[in-house]
This record gives sequence, C-alpha cells and structure tokens, in this order.
Amino acid sequence: MPAPWQEILNKIDDYRWEIPQSYKEGMLVPGLIFADELMLSHIWEEQVFQQVANVAFLPGIVGRSLAMPDIHWGYGFPIGGVAAIRVKDGVISPGGVGFDINCGVRLLRTNLTEDEVKPKIEQLVAELFVNVPSGVGSEGKIRVNKRELDEVLTKGSPWIIEKGYGEAEDIVVTEEEGCMQGANPDKVSSKAKKRGTPQLGTLGSGNHFLEVEIVDEIYDQNAATAMGINEIGQVLVLIHTGSRGFGHQVCTDYVALLGEAVKKYGINLPDRQLACAPIKSPEGQDYLQAMSCAANYAWTNRQCIAHWARECFIKVFSKSQRELGMEQVYDVCHNMAKIEEHTIEGKKETLCVHRKGATRAFPAGHPDVPNIYKNIGQPVLIPGDMGRCSYVAVGTEISMKESFGSTCHGAGRMQSRSAAKRSLRGADVAQALADRGITVKAGSIASLAEEASQAYKDVNEVVNVTQMAGISRKVIRAVPLGVIKG
Amino acid sequence: MEKDFDIVDHTADVGIVAYGANISEAFVNAARALFSLITDLDDIAEILHRDIKLTAPDQESLLVKWLNELIYLFDTEGIIFKRFDITQLNSTRLKARSYGEKVDSSKHALKTGVKAATYHMLKVDKDNGCKVRVLFDI
Repeated sequence: MPAPWQEILNKIDDYRWEIPQSYKEGMLVPGLIFADELMLSHIWEEQVFQQVANVAFLPGIVGRSLAMPDIHWGYGFPIGGVAAIRVKDGVISPGGVGFDINCGVRLLRTNLTEDEVKPKIEQLVAELFVNVPSGVGSEGKIRVNKRELDEVLTKGSPWIIEKGYGEAEDIVVTEEEGCMQGANPDKVSSKAKKRGTPQLGTLGSGNHFLEVEIVDEIYDQNAATAMGINEIGQVLVLIHTGSRGFGHQVCTDYVALLGEAVKKYGINLPDRQLACAPIKSPEGQDYLQAMSCAANYAWTNRQCIAHWARECFIKVFSKSQRELGMEQVYDVCHNMAKIEEHTIEGKKETLCVHRKGATRAFPAGHPDVPNIYKNIGQPVLIPGDMGRCSYVAVGTEISMKESFGSTCHGAGRMQSRSAAKRSLRGADVAQALADRGITVKAGSIASLAEEASQAYKDVNEVVNVTQMAGISRKVIRAVPLGVIKG
Repeated sequence: MEKDFDIVDHTADVGIVAYGANISEAFVNAARALFSLITDLDDIAEILHRDIKLTAPDQESLLVKWLNELIYLFDTEGIIFKRFDITQLNSTRLKARSYGEKVDSSKHALKTGVKAATYHMLKVDKDNGCKVRVLFDI
C-alpha cells in the first residue's frame, strides 16, 4: 500500500517534494519539502504538511513555502520553515521568526588538538559551567543599566566588544556584522526590557548548549583551511543560544498586537499563531524594529559567552589567546526575518525572508559574505544533538536559486520531550555519554533525557539531504568531547 | 472532575489541557499546569501574592495573556505560583490574585524553562464542563 503522502506530494527528485497549491484552499503558492523518502514518512505522522501549507496563505509569499529536512511540527510556522515575502505588498509575521529571535550558533577555532584537551576536559567543562551562567531562571554576570541596554539593542555585539568582550575581528565574521540596522528600542515594551536586563550573558535552558568538539571529518580542505580548520583532531567550540526572555517577550507582545492587525487589514489566516501585518504598515515596521533589537541582544549574548569561553581556555591551558588561536569562524542566526534581494523569474525583488529554524546559506561571491570567505561561500553552522556530531557547511548557488539562500539549522526533534523522559532517565543519558568519552555538565540532570540523541533525527541524514539537494555543501564534521547545558 | 489538567505531547514543545466546572476553574487549572511544567507544585509555599488585571479582545486571547503574564512574573521576579483566585472573568476581562513564593534553589528543582504560551491549537471549550487547551513554547 502506498504511504498516504505519496498521493499528496509531487516528487520532483529524490530530495525535493512539492505540496501542490490545490492541497488546501487558500494557498497562494505551492509548498516544497527537502527530504528523503524515509524522512517523509515521519514528517507525515507529524502533520507538518498542514503547517507548510498554512504558511503559503501569507499575503505576498513568492516561490514556494519551503521546508528544510530538519522540519518538525512547530506552532503556526513549522520549525525548519522558510517563507520569502514581497516587501512591497506582503506581510511580516512574528510567528515566522519564533519566540527565540536570533537564536543562533557561533563557532570558535583553536590551535589545540584532542590529545592536549582530553586529559583536561573535566576541568575545562567545570570551568565553563561556572563561568557561563546556564539553566532555567539563571542571571548573567553583566549588569547593564537602562541606557546601556538601549546601546545593546541598537548597536549589537560591536558595542560589547568595545567594552572588552572579544576582538574587533569577531565582528566581520558575524552575520550582519552583529548588528541589525534600524533597531528601535522605543518599539520594545518595558516588560521585554525588564525580562532581558538580568539575562544578558546567559546560555538559557532547553536545547541551548556550549560544546567543546573535535574535528573528525574534513570534506573540503580548501574551505576548511579558509576557516582556520586544518586537521582532524583539531578542537573547536560551538555556542548555541539566542535572545533569552527579551526575545520571548518581544514575540509575545507582537503576536498579540499583530493578531489585531490581521483583523484591521482583513487578512485570511488558518492559524492565529501566524498573526502578521503588512511589512509597510506601522504595525509591521514596529515589529521589524523591535525584532532587530532582539537580534542585537542575541548577538551580544553570544559575544559575552564566547568571551568567557576564551577566558576559561586561557586559564585551563595557561596559554594566551594568541597562542590558543581562539578565533571566531562564524556566527549565524537561525530564527530571523531579513530584508534581502533575490531574483524571481529573472527579476530582482526585495523580499522579507522568514527563516524559522533555518540558516542563511549565501554562496561564494555574494556581497554579504565576508571577504575571507568570498571564494568559498558563507559558513553554515549545523549543530546536531549532544551525542552525535555537528557540521560546518557553506552556502551554494543552488540555495540562492531554490531556497532563497537557506538551508537546514540542525537535527530537528523527532520525539517529544515527555516521550523522551518516559523512555530515558537523565542519569542514564549522562552515563551513556560518559561511556563514549563525552563529559556533560547540566543545570538539571533530569532534563538531559529530553535532549538525548534518541529524541532527534540523525543530523547526518539531515545534512546528507541538503548536500544531495545542493542547498549547502559539507566542509567538516565534528564530534563532542565536552558539553554544558542549561 | 477527577483531574485538573493533562500534559499533551508535542514534538518540540508541550501542550496542556485544563478542566473545570466553570471557565474560571479551567483558567486556574491551566495556570497550575503551567507551573507544574516549571517545578513540582507540592514544593511551592504560599508566601506572597501578586494581583493581575488583564483585558483582551476575546476569551482565547485572554487565556494566552493570563499565562504569559504568569511567565513574565516568573522570569522577572522569580516567583512560582500554586494557587489562583480569579475574582472576575468574562470574555474580555480577568482579575486574579496569585499566591506562591520566590524560587529557592535549595528547595525547588526547576525542570523546564517556558518561553511563552502560543495561539497554536488554542481552544476554549464550554460544552460539558469547561476545557481549555494551550501549547507552550519551551
């Protein structure tokens, strides 16, 4: 018997499946899922087809409503969804960005090798755990006053670098150079500011982490060398966090506000969480300016954490930062809406590209790719779950043509948190990781079960789909050695 | 009613269904379900209270706003609540006093950080007793 999705989807090739516009009345464009057959059977069970189709209702959407291979059931938008919407007559939707605005990933390289780090990993992870505040309700070591918070919101990570948290070189290897222009703190509620002030410089909880990892595969030596990654066994540091309570409150506020705008502008939506407003309307502009504040907060947050990670390495290995070679490879966001130029049917269009659980993946030569990467393409950082591995890839011409310069953002959940907890105990997960030589320190051991490998799709399979479809190209793979989690 | 609420599986996040003989009770139980995700309700003492007054365009929005207000108080003041007296509730207005205490790490194990209540799958059902459904982003 054919799988139920076989009757719905049009197979384009082994990795591209179209949801026809006729699937649901009201869709303005078709949907497109990047996946292999095995993944589709799981996606079908989750009914994310419906969510991909719902996004296709958003006024001004062009091309197709896209789903990356790590797609899973979200709220409103699916996680792993990309929607490109015309600025001149389309909408912006806070739900298409998510609550954790500019959740993203930052990668640092080192000159250290596995042999040097392994004997000290317990000490290193303990040091990182003390110096990088994490967990539910954690507060940062940084105290910013009202005026300083506004500086964070308008200037982003370059502002905190000026205060001594990092190197000027970090700026050029951060998406948007760590600062969204047009951020306006007056468009942010006092509630968001109150929630965000004590949380600056915290990792948070859930799937956020800081990982010490070892390069175990190099697929493209030329691109790896450009990133300062030279050999198998080299040690890297990966940081995954976002805009904390600040971003959550901005999204909460604007989903409610734009829920009213939907009525005012007479927009037809199949799910209230898709609340949106015309980009050119006052409501749409207000959200864009507030979202930009949250994005700048998130870059500042990752900048602080990178700074403390460097300090921990300096202390544990008694070497200077220069000797350690702890340079930043790149910093990407994977929950964002950005105004970009794309070519649609041979014509240049200004689009608002919503990426919710998807990473920008611009090709070599694109003006927004930093000079040092202009020949290889923008680095794409794809964390897996804490037991498997993570990837570094680069953007391609195909991603620019087919996915509005986007690719996947991680492994993608497969099992709910409570199902994971029912089948696994946190202590057993920690032991299983320890048996494989991975040191883990978590604020809540019980919550480790929620983040176990079994709860996620295999990131190897996800990245394989993006590779075979051509929307990003693998550069290296790394496996974890030490992890801190909230 | 035998149970106050159920926790519902969702791949990335967590849903709750809360029950009540009337709509106020269902709103109260939704709030209790929220704090049961954050910590163990039995460990919370009633030491302080906060008064909450809200308006929203409709009752479903009011439910989301009510839960988001409690998340806000937890995130900014570190208060975990266990008991809720709703003194006024209609389709657009809510008045309540919520009782609980500040988080004490020696006493409370915090389980899950809740980012927000969402409008996805949101439902307020008043047939056969009251039932409300909310999905949280965690």
